[in-house]
Amino acid sequence: MGAGHAHQLYREGRSPVHTLPPHCKIAAVFCFVVVVVSTPREAVWAFGAYALLLAGVAAVARIPAGFLLRRLLIEIPFVAFALLMPFVAEGERTTVLGMSLSQSGLWSAWNILAKGTLGVAASVLLASTTELRSLLLGLQRLRMPPLMVQIASFMIRYGDVITDEMRRMRIARRSRGFEARGIQHWGVLAKSAGALFIRSYERGERVHLAMVSRGYTGTMPVIDEVTASRTQWTYAAALPLTALAVCLTGWMLT
Amino acid sequence: MHVPDGFINAPVSAATGVVAAAAVAVSLRGARRELLDTAGGPAGDAGTGGGERTAPLAGLVAAFIFAVQMLNFPVAAGTSGHLLGGALAAILVGPYTGVLCVSVVLLMQGVLFADGGLTALGVNITDMAVVTTVVAYAIFRGLLKLAPGRRRTVTVASFVAALVSVPAAAAAFTGLYALGGTTDVPIGKVFTAMFGVHVLIGIGEAAITALTVGAVMAVRPDLVHGARGVAARPLELRNTGPVATPGAPAAAPAAARSADEPGATAAPEPAAPAAAAPAPTAAPRSSARRVWLAGLAAALLCAGVVSFYASASPDGLEKVAADKGIDKKTEDHATKDSPLADYGVKDITDTRLSGGLAGVIGVGATLAVGTGVFVVVRRRRSAAEPAETS
Repeated sequence: MGAGHAHQLYREGRSPVHTLPPHCKIAAVFCFVVVVVSTPREAVWAFGAYALLLAGVAAVARIPAGFLLRRLLIEIPFVAFALLMPFVAEGERTTVLGMSLSQSGLWSAWNILAKGTLGVAASVLLASTTELRSLLLGLQRLRMPPLMVQIASFMIRYGDVITDEMRRMRIARRSRGFEARGIQHWGVLAKSAGALFIRSYERGERVHLAMVSRGYTGTMPVIDEVTASRTQWTYAAALPLTALAVCLTGWMLT
Repeated sequence: MHVPDGFINAPVSAATGVVAAAAVAVSLRGARRELLDTAGGPAGDAGTGGGERTAPLAGLVAAFIFAVQMLNFPVAAGTSGHLLGGALAAILVGPYTGVLCVSVVLLMQGVLFADGGLTALGVNITDMAVVTTVVAYAIFRGLLKLAPGRRRTVTVASFVAALVSVPAAAAAFTGLYALGGTTDVPIGKVFTAMFGVHVLIGIGEAAITALTVGAVMAVRPDLVHGARGVAARPLELRNTGPVATPGAPAAAPAAARSADEPGATAAPEPAAPAAAAPAPTAAPRSSARRVWLAGLAAALLCAGVVSFYASASPDGLEKVAADKGIDKKTEDHATKDSPLADYGVKDITDTRLSGGLAGVIGVGATLAVGTGVFVVVRRRRSAAEPAETS
């Protein structure tokens, strides 16, 4: 707690992308992903153009490529899934490197890989240039129910606390010589999970009482009201609008 | 599990987005009521509206689900799995709060960790938050209605609820895929793959959920939302303590002695300590027997009945092997002529019946071998123990 409250996902910076209001960024990223998803998969060059656009944004935000690529690793399970596609899909078959592969399966694999990767990259850029708190405020500005925003902010705020509690339990287990090796140890782990639930729930009750005693009535006061000027909206719209132009060209050419 | 962008087409994604938004809106209302009348709160709180309890409690429960998904349960040989948490949330905090918490976890995973696409958020919430939680809670309450009033019922019911909820989510995903999948893998294949894998995952999920619910029931039964009718037994004072306590130390040496030399000293021992000794151990052992029986029933059901409906076409690896011509070189297995070869009983011509029968026999044989090993190991261990203690 002493080392500042910024989350490890966030990358400190003062670039133009960092200073844009959060709701503009969220709207821009969402529109961008929608455009990417609705691009025809045969327009291979369009996906290259999208990737260049995102690389441009990353350059403006001064996010190093290594950081971005490391965060992209989260989609590995789906890469594995996509690589299976050409083997199981039906349809016309073609031969690549001596293996008989389904043509439509190859297209599907490409489709999932390209769109999934671009989506992940866009979300990673959003999360690493926007603080958690302002991300939630942005969602509230975009008409997400305030209660939902509060729940999410409690989850974010206490997520690390609960995870640390779980880590302490693990250290306690290990220091007593316990090592989970197989199914026969599930009982112990499940008891830890049960204890974790009770601790979390009771902490929630304590947090609630502490907040009520400080005058909480169910709504959070918004102190830092964020507004966006027309110029800021225009900056934010640059990404999805360029993408839309690429998408429309893609539809016309295929 | 998390569906990425571009896997389900735009119209179906939009439609599931609407479904998810509606479900979240309904749960926001319902969660207020659920968290208000949870037994944990003071009774006087009800007058103040109580809506302000929702955010902190649901937020902390969401944080718990987020954390517990990182708790690894080792399976065997280096592989491990983790809890999905939908059924657990539904049983512990109720269906509305459960939907809400899992949705928030999915939303945050999508936005912050890029786990699951932004446009696929509707699909993910509908599938993993709504279907899992609602199915689990419906089954859990239904089973409690059928066999009310016992703590062990809660364990068994949460086992079954979690067991069914995971394949139900897989089936729901297949349905969405049938409506708007972007790849042309045939539906039957997707269903078989998804369902098969998720039945296995469901068994793990069921065991962990039942154990976790049991652990919470043992400490704070009032916190298990789904079982509040069960836990509402008034506390009773047991004043027979002074009579029982002197007997306890006497019972222990007596039991130890009778274990050492069964023939010599067992006869003159008074009957009372012998009768008292098994009483405390009876509860865990019979609850273990319940879990054991439920597991056996589930295994037999899967092997005997569900396998009727499994695909008759070769599975992924066999198919790839056949396509690529690898399997021409494979030699036939040594037990190919055994009466159970290739999962069928030899002299029965009806393939379904034969497959089911082979499954049941297989489960029985595995069980027999496993029990044999277990009995041998336990006998050896219990033979070693008195030697250590004396």
